[in-house]
Amino acid sequence: MALLSFERKYRVRGGTLVGGSLFDFWVGPFYVGFFGVVGMFFTLLGVALIFYGAAIGPTWNPWLISIYPPKVEAGLAMMPLNEGGLWQIITICALGSFGCWALREVEICNKLGMGYHVPFAFSVAILAYATLVVIRPVWMGAWGYAFPYGIWTHLDWVSNVGYNYGNFHYNPAHMIAVSLFFTTTLALALHGSLILSATNPSEKEVRTPDHEDTYFRDFIGYSVGPLGIHRLGLLLALNAGLWSAICIVITGTLWEDQWVYWWDWYLNLPFWADL
Amino acid sequence: MALEYQNIFTQVQVQGPAEMGMPVEAGWNSDRVGTPSFSKLAGWFGNAQLGPIHLGFFGVISLIAFALWFFIVGLNFWIQVDFNPARFLKELFYLSLDPPAEEYGLGMAPLMEGGWWVISSVFLLVAVLAWWARSYSRARALGMGYHVCWAFASAIWLFLVLGLIRPLMMGSWAEAVPYGIFPHLDWTNNFSLTYGNLFYNPFHALSIVFLYGSTLLFAMHGATILAVTRVGGDREVEQILDRGTASERAGLFWRWTMGFNATMEGIHRWAWWFAVLCTLTGGIGILLTGTVVDNWYEWAVDHGYGPVYTDDIELPGING
Repeated sequence: MALLSFERKYRVRGGTLVGGSLFDFWVGPFYVGFFGVVGMFFTLLGVALIFYGAAIGPTWNPWLISIYPPKVEAGLAMMPLNEGGLWQIITICALGSFGCWALREVEICNKLGMGYHVPFAFSVAILAYATLVVIRPVWMGAWGYAFPYGIWTHLDWVSNVGYNYGNFHYNPAHMIAVSLFFTTTLALALHGSLILSATNPSEKEVRTPDHEDTYFRDFIGYSVGPLGIHRLGLLLALNAGLWSAICIVITGTLWEDQWVYWWDWYLNLPFWADL
Repeated sequence: MALEYQNIFTQVQVQGPAEMGMPVEAGWNSDRVGTPSFSKLAGWFGNAQLGPIHLGFFGVISLIAFALWFFIVGLNFWIQVDFNPARFLKELFYLSLDPPAEEYGLGMAPLMEGGWWVISSVFLLVAVLAWWARSYSRARALGMGYHVCWAFASAIWLFLVLGLIRPLMMGSWAEAVPYGIFPHLDWTNNFSLTYGNLFYNPFHALSIVFLYGSTLLFAMHGATILAVTRVGGDREVEQILDRGTASERAGLFWRWTMGFNATMEGIHRWAWWFAVLCTLTGGIGILLTGTVVDNWYEWAVDHGYGPVYTDDIELPGING
């Protein structure tokens, strides 16, 4: 049994959302639950279909295997497997699998008496994925606007969509999203560093949270504190995902032109348009 | 579970006398300036106390040098708009202080043709390095480890590659990044186009992985700790030294979810390395571009991992 020394007392029954105690068990370190079973179904089917897609495709080079969505001309129709149908079923499997994972996390939170912060955070990531492969394609009227599932093809998709809309760097929501990614990484570096530097000191005994606060007050005049930094980190990280979703969902829907021209409203404000 | 267990903001703010900071090790500067104040708004989120701050030798040097960089860049912007405040505001995001043109190489250029860029860059470099010395001196003064300094050094590495090391290797200041909001974005855009799409640069890929990975890690870590604050999970140093139920629940959550968990100390090592490797690999990727590799797409195709699109495959994303 894969039990940690303190684990047994935490392995209690209950807290399930669906299925009562039918699936309320562990396999090795993994909790199963109703959503573990259903999620495994979606995962295995999705992965099998990706392998099937690779088998009928031109290459086994893992960098180049790609499952393409239907062509834009197909609109929102269901398609034959080899004309985007695979992509459609794999997308359903992915969303089903991610959703099950989040709900399984909720059940684990219930068992451990924890808040729901992790499944909530994960659902923001699921929302961002759903924005790319469902919300925006449906809004624009064709599955062909979603990205292909392949290591290089999805990067090429990002690249080409970016240049189609005249340089995504000028998309204000993209600006916010990128700034949030950078800021989150900066904050993570500072938080990780601070905890490690307190527990692995250069002098004598381990430092205290008061030393942590003092370091940051000395350094930049403010310390958000050991509780606040986790709120800050979570808030920054979730907003990075959320603004990424916003920056793509408004592109081709609310704003169909090059993003560089979006800023013309500012240049054309009446009081300085003629300057 | 009841909403009050979710710990979304601090509901009761307790305010005692301001914390003036822990004593420093013998022989280290203990000067702290500013009268602390309290912000109710900040207190909902984290600590309410603002200040005091340590200035010290390196802090003063850094602030003066940064102010000079800021002043020189700003003055050049004002000159470019003929000191017209309306034009300044209208064009602020488009204004740029560019490095010298190609023909000046690594030499000095006339002030208005890049000379100011060179001079201001020296001040920016001094400001950043002095701020690094400060991160070291405060850690030493408080007897703490140097993890912030090394992490900051990784960011400085990327900064140095962009503005100093790569221009030196390419033989021209013209290679460096201009100072301006839109202009530095254009530089990034053109850099990728010039060198055959930076997405195919493996170090750029690693850097992005660590950037997104850091964001993922902070979402996971922040959320996990907040979820166990009810049992004291935010007292991390204490939990590292003497594992409590908060650490046990936090660890078991991930063990049951994905079969693996970090420890309370280990998660901060994961965090530190992910964040540090983001700028470390990013700097390597930039440094190799134009010096060792001229076209990353062709390089990727040569090395068997870049896709070659034929007529029967639609180029991904080409129709938006």
